[in-house]
Amino acid sequence: MPSLTELSLTEMQTGLREGQFPSRELVQAALDRIDSLEPSLHAFLHLAAESVLKQADAADHVGVTGQSPLYGIPIAIKDVLTVDGMPATAGSKILEGFRPPYTATAVKRLQDAGAIVIGKTNTDEFAMGSSTEHSAYGVTHNPWNLSRVPGGSSGGSAAAVAARLVPAALGTDTGGSVRQPASFCGVTGLKPTYGRVSRYGLIAFGSSLDCVGAFGRTAEDVAVIFEIMAGRDPLDATSADLPIESPSTSLHSAQGRGLQGIKIGVPQEYFIEGMQAEVKEGTQAAIAQLETLGAEVCEISLPHTEYALPVYYILAPAEASANLARFDGVRYGPRAEADSLRDVFFKTRGQKFGAEVTRRIMLGTYALSAGYYDAYYGQAQKVRTLIKRDFETAFEQVDLIACPATPTTAFEIGVHKGDPLSMYLEDVFTLPASLAGVPGISFPVGFDAKRLPIGMQLIAPHFREDLLFKATHIYQQATDWHKRKPEI
Amino acid sequence: MRLSLQEVEHIARLARLELTDEQKARYRGQLEAILDHIAKLQELDTKDVPPTASASAEKLPLRADEPRPGLSKDELLKNAPEQADGQFKIPPVFE
Repeated sequence: MPSLTELSLTEMQTGLREGQFPSRELVQAALDRIDSLEPSLHAFLHLAAESVLKQADAADHVGVTGQSPLYGIPIAIKDVLTVDGMPATAGSKILEGFRPPYTATAVKRLQDAGAIVIGKTNTDEFAMGSSTEHSAYGVTHNPWNLSRVPGGSSGGSAAAVAARLVPAALGTDTGGSVRQPASFCGVTGLKPTYGRVSRYGLIAFGSSLDCVGAFGRTAEDVAVIFEIMAGRDPLDATSADLPIESPSTSLHSAQGRGLQGIKIGVPQEYFIEGMQAEVKEGTQAAIAQLETLGAEVCEISLPHTEYALPVYYILAPAEASANLARFDGVRYGPRAEADSLRDVFFKTRGQKFGAEVTRRIMLGTYALSAGYYDAYYGQAQKVRTLIKRDFETAFEQVDLIACPATPTTAFEIGVHKGDPLSMYLEDVFTLPASLAGVPGISFPVGFDAKRLPIGMQLIAPHFREDLLFKATHIYQQATDWHKRKPEI
Repeated sequence: MRLSLQEVEHIARLARLELTDEQKARYRGQLEAILDHIAKLQELDTKDVPPTASASAEKLPLRADEPRPGLSKDELLKNAPEQADGQFKIPPVFE
């Protein structure tokens, strides 16, 4: 039998159910691998080494039941989601030492299903970034090449899954923060429909955009996590009250017919000048493969794609500037020494927020300030409607949209230093779906000459995650890119 | 798009951020570059386009507004940098 950390989530489920190994062995194997690789990766901000072994023993003592599909399985959680009993820093010094007294709904549902949270993963500060370089606690290294970034902001979770530290991990995606790191690390990552997964316990960045998503090595594994954590939650007023299909079980029956009857649109606007040729070719090859598997492929247009970046960089910072007003040194986190309350606010925020967060608060404050509101925020909200309509029109013609997930493969650590706009451009292919609220999945479809993974993105209509899982699963049954692993 | 130093200071004041002179100069240049890119939005005629405030595709259900148990006072205070008499303690607001 291969090492336990090599097993996928669904293989772990089977092994535990059939008594091939106890949870303790599984958790210990994960801890051992983290022990040996974490010094070179830095995927985690917090590890719960002792308590997880106790939890594994407790799981083994009770044994598997029908109600606990994730019983005894170790997972990791991005450090912008709260877990009772663990710190939550959001990658920021302004939350250093903060221990939230409650657990995020998405995490709670996984724990109730038996999952063991092994630790909290690194993230760009308040999920603002595309590389984890904006974490106040140091960068995470890409398991495929340690001098490269893992992507971001959920880079710690993506790297942890790629390096086989855990079979699955939660991330969050506001403008691409699950799909982009999944692409850079060669794993499968889902951003669900906005409102599909409760945001309760997610430290807010852009509330009209924030989604809790998941990483796994296969679409099947991600589907298992998704169907457990999705669904209406009274604690999040924007969570949708719609039934969740069981995509993981329906995947098996779907296989026989391939992708027959599925129409896939390829937006010409996503194949831009300046993108890495290998990413373009890799995506085109994968689309050809989907066609071979039975899908009907046609060209479509999403004409307002080029406006997604400017819309996003008004709306997300505007929402962030309001959301991050709560970090003022009064109720949680460290407080800067000052003689007056006014100075507590100015000094705590001035000293504890990092450069990217400060920049976005400034940008958002400016866009919302008197005299500029209509020209910036108001106009961005209207163009957001046009972007949404692009998708509505496209989905009248096609079932899915296929495009590259990122313009390049993982970039070198430090390459965008001092030039925030060039970093923002890394997200051009993931921002439109975020603004429209539609679900997207990213998965490996090849490698470039430097042996870095290339990711493709599929986008579906609102609440059609099942289509994303089905198409990705059928692709993964026919290919083995997702089985390649970094030599680390 | 040009931003004056005074505008940068005004934004920082609105956002309650104490910045060094070096930071002000740096953010000024970076914000100018970002605003130049964002100016692209002015190309579009949006006279008859309604704004989108949320990505929600659904009509959001409301719940009954009924009191229910929440976090205890102790749980809420345990992360406070300073507390006294079961309350958050802050420096004086008025002299």
